[in-house]
Amino acid sequence: MYFGFENVSISYGKKKIVQDVTIDFPKGKTTTIIGANGCGKTSLLKTISRAVHPETGKVVFNNRPIGHYKPKALAKKIAYLPQIHESPSDISVRTLISYGRYPYRKFGKGLSEQDHEIIDKTICLTGLDHLQDRTLNNLSGGERQRAWIAMTICQEPEILILDEPITYLDIGYQLEVMELIRTLGAQLNITIIMVLHDINLAARYSHHILSIKDKQIYACGEPRHVITEDKLLDIFNIHSQIHEDHRNTCPFIIPEKK
Amino acid sequence: MKRNSNGSFELYKVSLIIVLFIASIVVTLVSICLGSMSFTMKESLSAVLVADDSAARLIIWHVRLPRILSGGLVGSCLALSGCILQGVMRNYLASPSTIGVTSGASFVGYITLVVFPSLFYLLPIGAIAGAFLTTLIIYAIAYEKGVSPVKMILSGMAIAAVFGAFNDIIRSFFPDRIANATGFLVGSLNGVAWKNFSLILPYALVGIVICFFLPSKMNVLMLGDEMANALGVRTERFRFFLIVISSLLAGAAISVSGLINFVGLIVPHIAKLLIGSDYKYLFPTSIALGYSLVVICDTLGRIILPVGEISVSIVISFVGAPFFLYLLRNKQTA
Repeated sequence: MYFGFENVSISYGKKKIVQDVTIDFPKGKTTTIIGANGCGKTSLLKTISRAVHPETGKVVFNNRPIGHYKPKALAKKIAYLPQIHESPSDISVRTLISYGRYPYRKFGKGLSEQDHEIIDKTICLTGLDHLQDRTLNNLSGGERQRAWIAMTICQEPEILILDEPITYLDIGYQLEVMELIRTLGAQLNITIIMVLHDINLAARYSHHILSIKDKQIYACGEPRHVITEDKLLDIFNIHSQIHEDHRNTCPFIIPEKK
Repeated sequence: MKRNSNGSFELYKVSLIIVLFIASIVVTLVSICLGSMSFTMKESLSAVLVADDSAARLIIWHVRLPRILSGGLVGSCLALSGCILQGVMRNYLASPSTIGVTSGASFVGYITLVVFPSLFYLLPIGAIAGAFLTTLIIYAIAYEKGVSPVKMILSGMAIAAVFGAFNDIIRSFFPDRIANATGFLVGSLNGVAWKNFSLILPYALVGIVICFFLPSKMNVLMLGDEMANALGVRTERFRFFLIVISSLLAGAAISVSGLINFVGLIVPHIAKLLIGSDYKYLFPTSIALGYSLVVICDTLGRIILPVGEISVSIVISFVGAPFFLYLLRNKQTA
């Protein structure tokens, strides 16, 4: 298994969140997890960042449970951006991005020449050149999210986990961030796993969609196989019209009243 | 050579830190001249450098200099300790005194004095142990799948009240036993001599030196536990380590000066206002500011009255409390 969950169950106290989830994420592809509120999407992602420990089962990377890796070694392979991030507001974009080099730093040493090169490259790649000296509190929500994503890219990960990366953004920034994620995934050949609430954006920007219902994986596959009227009725309890977006070659939905 | 594009900003910060350290030296030089008996700078310097029987040598070398250096060291330690705690708790109200570490430290310090009145050198060890135990208790109470900063502050306040009460009991029942620990009682530096200085110096130095290896990890921790975890920091272990270091610093400081409030709270705030929240700059700034604040306040306390003196903790409260209120009023978001 390259990367995925093996029989993962999560409980909070007596409350079962997900049960026996097994999935192998396709390498180099973007997979989006969808599901109703409280279905355990975020909890699943948190087992990857080790903020939540699975009750049973394990998260596997390169055929080894992630617990067998040293934290810094793992941080060089898997980057994770939580839904809510906090930071001192007075640090510059460049400083934030440089924190992505933390797993590579040697004890007591500053950033190396190579680190600075990678930071420069990342800034260029994420289009933050003109903003790099601005402090975070002087950025718009979309720019800030761009900076955070740049920080995770600076880790040079093989796998990037994003928990609701566009939740607090307006539609313009939502598209901008999704485009950025797609570009990065394609250019750097990163395996991206994210949680989204917007089904249309999920359908448009993902190679695969994974839906969770009743603590388990309900459906998994290409967007047009998962985003169907009867499946959406099951997952979200909504009626919907499904149309074809010819320009973006993906399905799009219009939700209807129950 | 760093290709950091905000190099000019870094240069500004480095120069500011250098200025602050030069200011600490100036403050030291000025305050050895001042006191109930004033000397010129030339007299003071020769008293420091030349060992003779003059009155200047007696006053400056044996009384003022150890007091000033100890006070400065106490200030630096408390400021660093507060700086670390504010980071660990991710709460700008955290400081050795607000979370009860200082009262725990002085409680065990008192007990050491009452039980072993003749073993003077046990005091810092007792105070450090007290600081550490108190922090552990608070940590354990606040622990629930990781530490909740709010719970930690609240339980710290409760613990502080309990230890404060115990301290009052000891003070009322064993006044004679603790009378020999000048300063320790009221947060004063009166009577602090070279032996006090050399007693805490090793503990303080260990703490300060360790702090110079922490900034990059501290900065990552400030991104939140989840993010720090994802970047490869073992957050729980690191946080525990930080608590040990801040106890060491606070305990060492308290064993010389007793309870001095506000230094650990306001110095990190001022440092952050001056230089931003990058710990690489925040630590040295706090060291310099903590040093100067305590030395200036102690000197003021020594010279402000025609006869006698006001203890440093009182001066700091008079200066520090209004300043803190001013900060609260003007700085909405920290």
